[in-house]
Amino acid sequence: MSTTEARRARRTRAFASLSLAMTRGLLRDRAAVFFTLLFPLMFLLLFGALFKDDSSEPAHLVQVGDVKMLDSLPEGERAGLREVLEITKTDGSRAARDEALEKLRKGDTDAVVHQGDGPGALVLRFSAADQVRSATIRGVLDSVVQHANQRATGQPPAYRLTAGQVEDESTKPIQFLTPGLLGWAVAMSGVFGSAFNLVSWRRKRLLRRLWLAPVGAGSVIGARVGVTLATAMVQTALFLGVAVTPYYGLRLSGSWWLCVPLVLCGTLAFLSIGLLVGSFAKTEESANGLSQIVILPMAFLSGSFFPLEAAPQWVRTVSEFLPLKHLATAMQDVLSRGEGWGAALPVMGGLLAFAAVMTLIASRLFRWDAA
Amino acid sequence: MSAMSATSGTSAPPQYAIAAEGLRKRYGETRAADGVSFEVENGEFYGILGPNGAGKTTTMELVEGLREPDEGRATLLGIPSWPRKPALLRRIGVQLQASSFFERLTAHEQIHTFAALYDVPPDRADAMLETVGLTEKAGTREDRLSGGQAQRLSIACALVHDPELVFLDEPTTGLDPQARRNLWDLLRHINGEGRTVVLTTHSMDEAEALCDRVAVMDHGRVLKVGAPRALMAEAGVDNLEDVFLQLTGREYRE
Ligand SMILES: Nc1ncnc2c1ncn2[C@@H]1O[C@H](COP(=O)(O)OP(=O)(O)OP(=O)(O)O)[C@@H](O)[C@H]1O
Ligand SMILES: [Mg+2]
Repeated sequence: MSTTEARRARRTRAFASLSLAMTRGLLRDRAAVFFTLLFPLMFLLLFGALFKDDSSEPAHLVQVGDVKMLDSLPEGERAGLREVLEITKTDGSRAARDEALEKLRKGDTDAVVHQGDGPGALVLRFSAADQVRSATIRGVLDSVVQHANQRATGQPPAYRLTAGQVEDESTKPIQFLTPGLLGWAVAMSGVFGSAFNLVSWRRKRLLRRLWLAPVGAGSVIGARVGVTLATAMVQTALFLGVAVTPYYGLRLSGSWWLCVPLVLCGTLAFLSIGLLVGSFAKTEESANGLSQIVILPMAFLSGSFFPLEAAPQWVRTVSEFLPLKHLATAMQDVLSRGEGWGAALPVMGGLLAFAAVMTLIASRLFRWDAA
Repeated sequence: MSAMSATSGTSAPPQYAIAAEGLRKRYGETRAADGVSFEVENGEFYGILGPNGAGKTTTMELVEGLREPDEGRATLLGIPSWPRKPALLRRIGVQLQASSFFERLTAHEQIHTFAALYDVPPDRADAMLETVGLTEKAGTREDRLSGGQAQRLSIACALVHDPELVFLDEPTTGLDPQARRNLWDLLRHINGEGRTVVLTTHSMDEAEALCDRVAVMDHGRVLKVGAPRALMAEAGVDNLEDVFLQLTGREYRE
């Protein structure tokens, strides 16, 4: 009994020291730190800012001269209007109107309104550049006009529509960018990191030296698994930390923490691809190239960078076979769509099964030695 | 010493520390080892000599169990070295011809990692670094050590766990005269404790100074085995280099 305990203690110590050696080697490789941690994060910072959902900012409207209907709005309605519409009033001259239309053409404002022929006519000019905003302005002014009509005729409205936006039913960019780019990030470090590590240790003859030390292949691979899982957790913390800042505005829902086991399972799946690449590739360069060939198309086809809704059918069919696609979708579900184990468990099972199959193939191809 | 007595405690110790029988290894057309047989006694200091490409490294690697022989077998301390057995690996120490270290780790971290792999206490790792004169370089990264310093670190890693059987492939290549003498002293010392040492070398005075017996190899075969003095007497020359040249020919080879 004590011998099994002693053996376990020995194995733990070997595993811990290998993990430490690997971690130190990784942290001292600036390029590796940059590519595994900062590079994908830069994409989140950049894409997040580029595709930022800015519909919450009020649309901008230029009112040229007096417009009877708008000027006579009661104060209560005017305040409500100000939340969605920012109105700038200019004088009613011909020059002012031309200037306002020029602004509209350049996209400096979203719409221009001026008095039409006759006291009841209201002319709204808007740009087709941002259709969402144009529709918002039209809708708002339309309802203002209807209210004004009701006031003028004194008739209570026969029908009334109460509209409320349902949060997170529609996908805000940050909601697919965070899981998509995080999935891509763990895929990069999982595939690249382990493939490169394996090939480099083999090429530098460290694997054959370890072959002559009393450690099993399990300890060597296990240390790599531990380091990769820890890296993935750091990546997850960084990504979520950035995404939930008010600027990027990701709102986490109920079981968001399920992304942790999801990321862990996904990392194992990618790591197994890395082990396969690392067992197969002979040089660091070919390990790099092969990893890229695997990761980049997978990331695009899995919708890591942009959603697949508009993609052709065949792309969506192919994506069904990619672990990254399932990881990203399930993460999106648990992070901000309020879904729970039901969404996470099948994907976790699939990812683990994928990892098992790939690891089995990799172990068949594994070589300690370059010769 | 304790490791020695532990292994020889109950059952009788094996007759030989190393027994190689008919080892063959072929790389394409090259017969790197072409039927190598030899025995090394317990506690013996054994040298393998031979020109470049003679098959010394291949023979060592086959005996250590790093490569699977095409034919033949090797037993170390009475245990076949192939397939690999961690329990046996604990009892042998190996310095490979090309040193191999964990990337971007310092000398101190390298030896401590190996100490942990062999489950020996950390102070033993520090002592070993001191023994090979690398204490001052403890904080230097593996890729910034000089050739000789890397060689010494590699030897320290091979000896950190007090192995009963030590394999050193050209350990003194690249060492300065002081380091060479220090290593000789160290090897004599561990051999004096009853440990078996096998080394390859291109230095005939080293073989003469250290080895109880040497094997001269060429073309993947063992040409001659014997004590340096006996070989010199047999050939009628007064140094080992002449024995070597007589056996392997004087011409340059590819
Ligand atoms: N991995 C390998 N693949 C192909 N050929 C090899 C390999 N290793 C060794 N050889 C060949 O086997 C022969 C013996 O090589 P080995 O390394 O055993 O020689 P050596 O006696 O150690 O030489 P040196 O004194 O230069 O270290 C050489 O001809 C070499 O080219
Ligand atoms: Mg050699």
